[in-house]
Amino acid sequence: MGNLIGQSVKRVEDQRFITGKGNYTDDIVLPRMTYGYILRGNMAHAKINDIDVSAAKAHPGVVAVFTGKDIADSGVNGIPCGWQVDFKNGDTMKEPAHPMLVADKVRYMGDGVAIVIAESKEIAKDAAELIVVDYEELDAVVNAKEATQEGAPLVHDEAPLNKSFDWGLGDAEATAEALANAHHVTTLEFTNQRLIPNAIEPRSAIGHYEVQNDRYTLYTTSQNPHLTRLLMSAFVLGIPEHKVRVVSPDVGGGFGSKIFHYAEEALVTWCSKQLERPVKWTAERSESFMTDAHGRDHVTKAEMGFDADGKIVGLRAITYANLGAYLSTFAPAVPTYLHGTLLQGLYTTPAIYVDVTGVFTHTTPVDAYRGAGRPEATYLLERLLDLAALEMKVDPAELRLKNFIPPFDGVDEPGYQTQVALQYDSGNYEPVLKRAMEMVGYEAFREEQAKAREEGRLLGIGFSTYIEACGIAPSAVVGALGARAGLFESAQVRVQPTGKVSVYSGSHSHGQGHETTFAQVVADKFGIPLEDVEIVHGDSEAVAFGMGTYGSRSLAVGGSAIVKSIDKVIEKGAKIAAHKLEAAIEDIEFAEGKWTVKGTDKSIAFGDVALTAYVPHDYPEGVEPGLDFSSFYDPTNFTYPFGAHIAVVEVDRDTGKVELKRFVACDDVGNVINPMIVDGQIHGGIAQGVGQALFEGAIYDESGQLLSGSYMDYTMPRADDLPDFEVDRKVTPCPHNPLGVKGAGEAGTIGSTPAVVNAVIDALAPFHVKDIDMPLTPERVWRAMQPKTNGREVHS
Amino acid sequence: MIPNAFEYQRASSVEDALNLLHENGDEAKLLAGGHSLLPAMRLRLNEPEKLIDISRIPELRYIEERDGFITIGAATTHDDIEHSDLIKSHLPMMTEAAGLIGDQQVRNKGTIGGSIAHADPAADWPASLLAAEAEITVKSVNGSRTISAANFFHGLYMTDLAENELITEIRLPIPAAGTRSTYVKFMQPASRFAIVGCAAIVSGNGTADKVRVAFTGVSAKPYRATGIENALQGNAVNADSIASAVTSATDGIDPLSDHFASEDYRRHLAKVFAGRALNAIA
Repeated sequence: MGNLIGQSVKRVEDQRFITGKGNYTDDIVLPRMTYGYILRGNMAHAKINDIDVSAAKAHPGVVAVFTGKDIADSGVNGIPCGWQVDFKNGDTMKEPAHPMLVADKVRYMGDGVAIVIAESKEIAKDAAELIVVDYEELDAVVNAKEATQEGAPLVHDEAPLNKSFDWGLGDAEATAEALANAHHVTTLEFTNQRLIPNAIEPRSAIGHYEVQNDRYTLYTTSQNPHLTRLLMSAFVLGIPEHKVRVVSPDVGGGFGSKIFHYAEEALVTWCSKQLERPVKWTAERSESFMTDAHGRDHVTKAEMGFDADGKIVGLRAITYANLGAYLSTFAPAVPTYLHGTLLQGLYTTPAIYVDVTGVFTHTTPVDAYRGAGRPEATYLLERLLDLAALEMKVDPAELRLKNFIPPFDGVDEPGYQTQVALQYDSGNYEPVLKRAMEMVGYEAFREEQAKAREEGRLLGIGFSTYIEACGIAPSAVVGALGARAGLFESAQVRVQPTGKVSVYSGSHSHGQGHETTFAQVVADKFGIPLEDVEIVHGDSEAVAFGMGTYGSRSLAVGGSAIVKSIDKVIEKGAKIAAHKLEAAIEDIEFAEGKWTVKGTDKSIAFGDVALTAYVPHDYPEGVEPGLDFSSFYDPTNFTYPFGAHIAVVEVDRDTGKVELKRFVACDDVGNVINPMIVDGQIHGGIAQGVGQALFEGAIYDESGQLLSGSYMDYTMPRADDLPDFEVDRKVTPCPHNPLGVKGAGEAGTIGSTPAVVNAVIDALAPFHVKDIDMPLTPERVWRAMQPKTNGREVHS
Repeated sequence: MIPNAFEYQRASSVEDALNLLHENGDEAKLLAGGHSLLPAMRLRLNEPEKLIDISRIPELRYIEERDGFITIGAATTHDDIEHSDLIKSHLPMMTEAAGLIGDQQVRNKGTIGGSIAHADPAADWPASLLAAEAEITVKSVNGSRTISAANFFHGLYMTDLAENELITEIRLPIPAAGTRSTYVKFMQPASRFAIVGCAAIVSGNGTADKVRVAFTGVSAKPYRATGIENALQGNAVNADSIASAVTSATDGIDPLSDHFASEDYRRHLAKVFAGRALNAIA
């Protein structure tokens, strides 16, 4: 009590998760429930000439079959996008309709053409096989850069050259001049490959229309239930928002893929209205691969210029960002405002220009995936720096240290204004890199590496430093940048008459441990036991409003809203205490769970004040009964966590297989409430970042078929692929939120990927390898080691 | 992930299973550990009308020494094989291969008979069975026959088994004293099946009396690398002779190619892994 902040309290939610007692959407069974199966196009691009559902409708146990035409005829809208990024010339973003089920054309494999609703999911699936669709297959395009070439197949007729928007940020002229006058320019063309999120729980949704009171309930696997309610009611189905309840119960992982409003959510809700019965849909794993919004997928050319001392003088990046077949909820923001704005990194680069073209292709929609834009920015910067160090024959760590922004605390010294719109809150970058170098034993490693090379062994070390913009975000700022929503958070703290506390948070927890971390904050501030605090989230009926969980924002924004309500409780409690203790309000102080008259032993405990507030027999005049406060918190800036990651690898010369031998990370995420949970977030993030570097990658063939659509074909990182991570922290508090926290959910993913790739390239120095596209599979690494004649590989 | 509707019947004995197979013809599939069949059914790649469960027939689950052979009942699990002292003492490559199949849950349920009947080109067992010159006993209502491992595997998911036949036993000749064997594997990182699996047997000191080298994963059909065997058999087996011999690892073979390993890379890996296996037991 009073000392819970900073303690590694065991996660209270784990008891139910580990013992199989979680309550997930697919666990929910409602009376008279029906089951939907969605027939998908399974072709990347095809015209629908005809669809015959008669046999499916006649199948025993089938309740209804709806097609894209039925949806279109009902007059509902498509799935909206939540962010607008226009063309540089002022033209409006191309935002083609995204119907719940398509009627005319399929534009990627996952497009639904019909839904069969039946008494069981087995019957629904069997009946779906009886639907006959007459398709006319069309040419497809899957690569973003190729899609913008003249003559490429068009995803939407209204988007010429498949462009949704193009966008530039920074000073193009100054950057061109800086690069032209640079002593050395390092250039890298690369692909930041497409990833499939693979949350352990497949998406699921239950629509439940209750005719007796004309109300809708949607149970869904969402990181963002309130936003889903807003988008679905107001923009898709046109039903009054106050008639809609959205419940997002336990959710088994999201990594961003469950932020967005998906077609299936609106579809089951619409179907339930037609049938007046609940309709459940749960994705099969193959559907998860095909329809959960994917991540990354950038094709980039980047140039970084240096002066003779190794100081960065300019950076230019041209990126084609694959958006998939439709604009997912936050898709336009990810390659622009979450990527381009991060290209200052930790460095003093005086001239930066970034150009991003958002491109439609015949693939699964792409949106935020853990890190969202920031891993792409960090990869771009950190690969360039390592390649530059290689080319200029300087030490990669020294090159970074030379270019770091000097320390600033954001209190006495102002924040750091970047060349790409952001103002960093507080930062002290050298200590994290120095600490990581100390942990890995950098000098000793270089000696070990030299010895190993003499023995023919290929050891390598790779660096990465990163900064991320988290705690998103000030509503006015993101509004000016094209967001169609605010990005505040709400929290209600209700002290019950017995002194127990219920907290209603707009932040949704789907693995992050809010029920523990938030409870620690509340119990600590009130000086009460942790078990006296209950965190309620994920139900639009219980929680006033919420903007959801993503962008490492829960504690920085949601936690700050909780603190605001806590402060209001303590303030009102003081009035009640002053009355009970017959003291002046100015003489009352709150500490260790009680209000005390300063300088005396006269005090009243938290629980007694709570009871008094609800049994106000002896009560101060003019004070309302009850002890229950709501707050909305809108941050004044993003938060900017940072850190340094170092990977040590050994490459098998014969096979090209990479062994990750050590991984060292020193992160600065501001103040820490629960070190164990933060370590866990960093560990999980690193594992996912290593996954991108070495294993993962969506593969489409030329016709747009997803070849990596199962766990037999898409490589997830596993425990035995990873070493024990060595992690440490520095603390530079956030100056602008009450907890001084910055966020830790994405740091591991953002920092780790380039460190691993850099380490492999370092290991391959004897072969003069400059770059290998991710994932660094054994074959790709082996090929990079093969002798080349006239640019072609020679095989024995 | 939802299979078609199917009937299910548990066989109480080999005779019962054979009768059921005979009665149901090509509409029925045998279910042992289910680790190949059930995933295929869930994806509706395989849609049998009836499953005959042979996983609880005690007479199909044993590891015994008999008449100069190690005999393994077809429904013996990978885990049983991994932990058999009899097998480890004579053919440690079988122990090693078993331990490299899937994960512990797979090894607890999956069976050697089920695996070879499925004939996945990337499965682990075929390399060891070819190298060990195993015999496979199959039965039907018409009687039984014995097939050499070399004749059993026909190609991609294809074997010598007739529709009404059931594998009952795998027989491994016990090698001469002092014979060494090993199994090495380069895993496909997602499925952890073999991109290249190489089983090798060497007997004799200094000069090799007998050398057997067999591959799985490299091509649609598992095969013995007779070029390597012939180069080493009767000669000294050392790092130099091995390096020279393994150059023929994929002679006459048409390797598979996929997004994890191209044909070129598979050819290269076959040499590397043959070298590693032989050097380990030279």
